[in-house]
Amino acid sequence: MDLGHLQQEYERWKARAQEHSKDRDELMETLSGHPNQPLYTPLDVPGFDYERDLGFPGEFPFTRGVRYNMYRGRLWTMRQFSGYGTPKETNRRYHYLLEHGQTGLSVAFDFPTLMGYDSDSSRSLGEVGKCGVAVDSLRDMETLFEGIPLDKISTSMTINGPAAVIFAFYVAAAENQGVDPKQIRGTLQNDILKEYVAQHAWCFPPGPALRLITDLMAYCAEHVPQWNPISISGYHIREAGSTAGQELAFTLANGLEYVRRGIAAGMDVDSFAPRLSFFWDCHQDFFEEIAKMRAGRRIWARELRDTFGAKDPRSWLVRFHTQTAGCSLTAQQPENNIVRTAFEALAAVLGGTQSLHTNAMDETLSLPTEKAAKIALRTQQIIAHELGVTHTADPLGGSYYVEALTNRLEKEAYAAFKQIEERGGVVPCIEKGWFQAEIAESARKYQAEIEADKRVIVGVNAHVEEEKGLEIPTLYIDDSSEKTQAENLARVRAERDERQALAAISDLRKAAEGTENLVPHLLRCAHAYCTEGEIIGTLKGVFGEYHEPAFSL
Amino acid sequence: MKEDLETLIAGLERRHAGSVARLISWAENRDPRIGEVLRRVYPRTGRGFRLGITGPPGGGKSTLITRLAKALRAQGERVAVVAVDPTSPFTGGALLGDRYRMIELCEDPEIFVRSMATRGSLGGLAAASEEALDLLDAAGFTYLLVETVGVGQSELDIARATDTTVVVLVPESGDGIQAMKAGLMEIGDIFVVNKADREGANRLVSDLRSMLRLRTGQEGPRPQVLTTVATRGDGVPELVEAVATHRRDLEESGALEAHRRSVLKQRLLGEARRELLEHLERDEDEGWEDLLDRLARREVTPHDAAKSMMERLAISGKAP
Amino acid sequence: MERKIRVLVGKPGLDGHDRGAKVVAAALRDAGMEVVYSGLHQTPEALVTMAVQEDVDVIALSILSGAHMALFGRLMELLKAQGVDDVLVTGGGIIPDQDMDALTKLGVGKLFGPGTPTGEIVKYIRTWFAGSGRAGQKAGA
Repeated sequence: MDLGHLQQEYERWKARAQEHSKDRDELMETLSGHPNQPLYTPLDVPGFDYERDLGFPGEFPFTRGVRYNMYRGRLWTMRQFSGYGTPKETNRRYHYLLEHGQTGLSVAFDFPTLMGYDSDSSRSLGEVGKCGVAVDSLRDMETLFEGIPLDKISTSMTINGPAAVIFAFYVAAAENQGVDPKQIRGTLQNDILKEYVAQHAWCFPPGPALRLITDLMAYCAEHVPQWNPISISGYHIREAGSTAGQELAFTLANGLEYVRRGIAAGMDVDSFAPRLSFFWDCHQDFFEEIAKMRAGRRIWARELRDTFGAKDPRSWLVRFHTQTAGCSLTAQQPENNIVRTAFEALAAVLGGTQSLHTNAMDETLSLPTEKAAKIALRTQQIIAHELGVTHTADPLGGSYYVEALTNRLEKEAYAAFKQIEERGGVVPCIEKGWFQAEIAESARKYQAEIEADKRVIVGVNAHVEEEKGLEIPTLYIDDSSEKTQAENLARVRAERDERQALAAISDLRKAAEGTENLVPHLLRCAHAYCTEGEIIGTLKGVFGEYHEPAFSL
Repeated sequence: MKEDLETLIAGLERRHAGSVARLISWAENRDPRIGEVLRRVYPRTGRGFRLGITGPPGGGKSTLITRLAKALRAQGERVAVVAVDPTSPFTGGALLGDRYRMIELCEDPEIFVRSMATRGSLGGLAAASEEALDLLDAAGFTYLLVETVGVGQSELDIARATDTTVVVLVPESGDGIQAMKAGLMEIGDIFVVNKADREGANRLVSDLRSMLRLRTGQEGPRPQVLTTVATRGDGVPELVEAVATHRRDLEESGALEAHRRSVLKQRLLGEARRELLEHLERDEDEGWEDLLDRLARREVTPHDAAKSMMERLAISGKAP
Repeated sequence: MERKIRVLVGKPGLDGHDRGAKVVAAALRDAGMEVVYSGLHQTPEALVTMAVQEDVDVIALSILSGAHMALFGRLMELLKAQGVDDVLVTGGGIIPDQDMDALTKLGVGKLFGPGTPTGEIVKYIRTWFAGSGRAGQKAGA
């Protein structure tokens, strides 16, 4: 191709186009603030080398996907995040979802569980069962998976600060079902670095928290080999207000930090890297999101193979779960959210996700009703079976626009890596509040654009309707879970062997003060029916508690 | 809440948080009743020790104050903290962000913390900060900690309003040179290098000590340079001791009284200045529009115009 | 100088999502108000201590976790116990309509759901303030 001639022709066309047509008065930028050109041509991907930049699916650098035949071989897992009230109620919802075609389970925990408090703690006032299911002990975990064979299903658990404890409950529950831990499949989110930055559901300071993570990585590598011990997450960073570029950069930076820590803990990179998984947001800028996912695969592959010297190709992979963007949903005219979610889900599929959660339309109002949750699931099923997008890997590969976006996002990510390095690395950046400040600035900018009507949100600042009051039913969670869980807790404490529980806790404390792997101790505590609050409380006694650092708002 | 003067003054004397807080608001909002309140309580001021803490942003002042306040409490002192943040010159609003960095202090009901915005005052203190300190002093708080951001001229204000000034610096901000420029070197009675576990701390300490040796025009012993790691509480007992020693020295040598007298003088001048300005800006004093016209026509110099205004004031006998 | 409106923006409970709280805090500052931000994971007790010491005109809570009934309820109880009756309690987050009605009965003001333009919140506070007794406290002439 003669690029010189093309350049001339392009300039000619551009002049002509500007002469004859005028753009509408609308912000023509990606959600991240990059101007979109009216047209993309080979000129926008100079030096494009198919084999170097794209390669083939299932092979380095994996830009086009992580599996050879992508969705022809296996569809993504339809994994709807779910949980509320007591373990019994959630267990019912899980059976419902499995009956309706969901292929993997995903557990949402309530805030006391996420923060390491028992349901009867004074800090849990009003919070039990509201945002997820309350799990205080192994007994609750057993109830949660009652009738669900843990060797037949894969489970994702969204928990971070106390993740290791909840993981211990899960493994213990599986063992009590007679299942060998070697057969357990699933993912633990357990990505504490992004908690400090975005979601703020922490327990301990970074040092001890990272120790727990490396302990878990080592334990799983040996005893629970099919388990993904970390889901390196961009979702929360994005939801906190970052741009796509920041989500990509900060998430991968965190991931690389975990790799560094694992190696520093004495593990061979190939012993744990294959089991690191990722979690992206999928927001509304259709092509930018797809490009982000492609760039993510390419960057990680290169870093793991070339910078860290990983030899196992599975170490180079970004296997990821995606959730459609919660922050893109509106409370006004909630049915519109079905449409937003559908487009976001499609982008995630075109981006090559391995697992997908689609939001329900009513999630700006409450936890989803059964009907709304079902529609969200059907959305995925329609994409899977009716659109033909699953027959070919990376259908948008080769699009000048998408390749240009992919390249640009990759460049942005590397620029951010440099800035992080200059500031001393991920943990110093967290301590200085650098990530948080960057994210807050993007959030502020986005909000300002909406309020200035530069960005249109249908139903919010355009096509606004008189709110006639909600026309869809919503799920109402009352306070009964708190009472029920308090009773459950009392029963567990009364029925367990108190001496065994105390011994397990005491040994855990001693181990925490030292350097041995804590996971076997956590398992012992789990089997002794120690509660989450008791375990986390003990660890806080040794590790200290984390407080939000002081930096500018 | 009962808004009557008597109830609030009675509340102040009991250190009832709501009363103290409401009276500080009266001072901030220049409520006409505040004059009477201060008249009544001013005789009880002068007992509390005013400690200023200043330094560039990011130095960990709030964390240090948290530790300091707790240490003083443990010694039986009654501690109040005033944290000053700048008002935005563009929006007139302010984000008072020191409070949440001192959040632990909420757990102790005996510690009183108040955030104040500078509200157009050019220095580091709010115009009403000194009145707020008077109120807290009269309420019986024995240690009054004042936190400001030390940039530009503001640290001079804090030195003029407190008995002892602590300057907090950190290794990474390249503070050595900046401290000299900012005038922080002149006003500090005690210097603290916080985050002393970071690289460059030792060098900063020695730089500071050298610079302090060059400091002229001051009497008394050379200021101490201490190191702390506020997040861990390291160095805090030493800081408490240094403050106590400095206070003792000031009291025993009579320097405290002299310093306070000079502080009061600044206060007097400041109040007079404020009164005069307000008086001049009030609409009642019409008649200087014509002066302004003459000035615009370049018929009179600004200096002479001002003198005319002053003469007119004196002649009219209007006491502000 | 005109009387400044002082606002405590609070994050009670265990929920750590502060994007909304920070955006509102910045917007109120830009609208000329003095804003004290409480930071994350605060108890109602700590928030009331702050509100009293700072003598705020408005307490704005951000609650996305569903614990609003308990948290607002406790806050109102504590304010009453301390004799604080001239403060506007408002806020936002994920709060169903039926609960908003119940909270209004407790004395809580208007609550704002996701997507509310910050300008609306500013307007609400200013209107309330102008009508409340507190605006009467004259700033020095």
